[in-house]
Amino acid sequence: MEASAFPISGEEQALEKRPKDKRPRGPLDGGSKWARWALRYSVLFYLAALLIIPVIMIFIRTFEDGFIESFEAVTSEAGLHALKLTIITVLIAVPINTVFGVLTAIVLVRQKFRGKAFLNALIDIPFAISPVVIGLALILLYGPRDGFVGEWFFENGIQIIFSTPGIVLACIFVSLPFVVREVVPVLREIGDEQEQAATTLGAGPWQTFWRVTLPSIRWGVTYGVVLSTARVLGEFGAVSVVSGRISGQTETLPLFVRKQFEVFNQGGGYAAAMVLAALALLTLLLMNLINKKEERV
Amino acid sequence: MSGSAQPAAVRLPRPAFRPRLGSALLSRGIVVTWLSVMVLIPLAAVVFRSFEDGLGSFWDYATNPQALDALRLTVLAALAVTAINVVAGTAIAWVLVRDDFPGKKLINSMIDLPFALPTIVAGITLLALYGNDSPVGITVAYTVAGVIMALLFVTLPFVVRAVQPTLIELDRDMEETAASLGASRFTIFRRIVLPNLRPAILAGAALAFARAIGEFGSLILLSGNIPGKTEVASVFIFGQIESGNTTGAAAVSVVLLAISLAILIALGAVARRGEAI
Repeated sequence: MEASAFPISGEEQALEKRPKDKRPRGPLDGGSKWARWALRYSVLFYLAALLIIPVIMIFIRTFEDGFIESFEAVTSEAGLHALKLTIITVLIAVPINTVFGVLTAIVLVRQKFRGKAFLNALIDIPFAISPVVIGLALILLYGPRDGFVGEWFFENGIQIIFSTPGIVLACIFVSLPFVVREVVPVLREIGDEQEQAATTLGAGPWQTFWRVTLPSIRWGVTYGVVLSTARVLGEFGAVSVVSGRISGQTETLPLFVRKQFEVFNQGGGYAAAMVLAALALLTLLLMNLINKKEERV
Repeated sequence: MSGSAQPAAVRLPRPAFRPRLGSALLSRGIVVTWLSVMVLIPLAAVVFRSFEDGLGSFWDYATNPQALDALRLTVLAALAVTAINVVAGTAIAWVLVRDDFPGKKLINSMIDLPFALPTIVAGITLLALYGNDSPVGITVAYTVAGVIMALLFVTLPFVVRAVQPTLIELDRDMEETAASLGASRFTIFRRIVLPNLRPAILAGAALAFARAIGEFGSLILLSGNIPGKTEVASVFIFGQIESGNTTGAAAVSVVLLAISLAILIALGAVARRGEAI
């Protein structure tokens, strides 16, 4: 399945290819000025009402109840623990997904074998199913009481569900496709001539990977890493199910945000949401920078 | 697509043939094991659990009135949201590619924000503007309109980002030819532009639908989760898990999975047809 959920990279450079003034005007571009304006401002209104103003409102709400007071929730013990757990989860889940993602992409593009189409479809499943179902799947497998293999782990003193390993597993599951889907098209595009040349010259598979393949896919990998990080930072549904949502123990930042709203500490909820929104804006900035970098290469 | 990408004729004499084959098998084995452990076995556990008490019990769980209400709302809302996305997403892509105005680049990069923003924050942004103390006087919290709005927010980029590259690549000569032959602007759009965009629109729409079917985080605070009214399937499943009924949760999950898989397969077919053109 070629259609990636994130066909982002690439369209911007095409936008800039032609100089503004010499842009050829098709019959649909000129014509009625009014029609064009009507379309432009309906689109801008739609985006403003659905996306832009709501996001700005989070920042306004945080400051409305007094920034210091609102921010106290974030710097409380539970808040800081949530932040720490979120960062730990990112630091474990994202590298694992990056290594296996690159390997999966290479196998999918460079190898031919029976069942490849099935494997390919399997990778997209985390995009297509509800995060709650992902959480349920992990509970049914690793749950201490009724999980298929959970009892064994439990008897051997390893707790997965309602603990950090479960949260990490959930995050790996939901962000599994990103690196694969960003690297596959790049690998296809560069072809395997250079890799074959390296092999002919006597390089081993490991050397070929480090010296030939990795340098040419690095921006694809980086883009996938940024998307995975954003997803893991914000994962809510799957983590809600597997974590047990124990404050100060298994609560990640998104769960902490919800908790604040449930205990009617809205200011604190908005402040914690603002932290996540700021991280998302940073992600967006990185995505744009990487797109620009890819353009130059 | 992938099979034809690598011409079968490329059989260069490889001095390191044996070790390469070994590493290929090893890497394939690792990947198959990885995906089995991470994705396939957990999902198999859900399917297994849902049928554990027999087909009759599965049917009872999947068709209990509250579950049916939730599934109906989920599918109808996802359909409505997909339809709106097809129109709005195409219009947004069109304006971003064919129109020119100050701030266009900024707007273009904002489109990806719903992908970057945590879903719980997406729900809260809407709650901040359209909640009970809405500064603009519009309240959608705890209504079906709120469900639709949250789903529109999280699915916004799919159609836009699918259509945009196709629109950029679209050859304008065809439009000019049609215009010189006397076609009206509406006819040109309907007969020339739209058919070219159709595969991209469908691919984006399928992704948006699949996402809307399973959405959870953005709805949990905004929709109020009123059973029979604003409770979607994933919220219902969550409630069943919380109350310890994992078998019931698994049954409804399998129904949701079946819907998602149908979409995934349709998406694959659409993508392949798009490539064939």
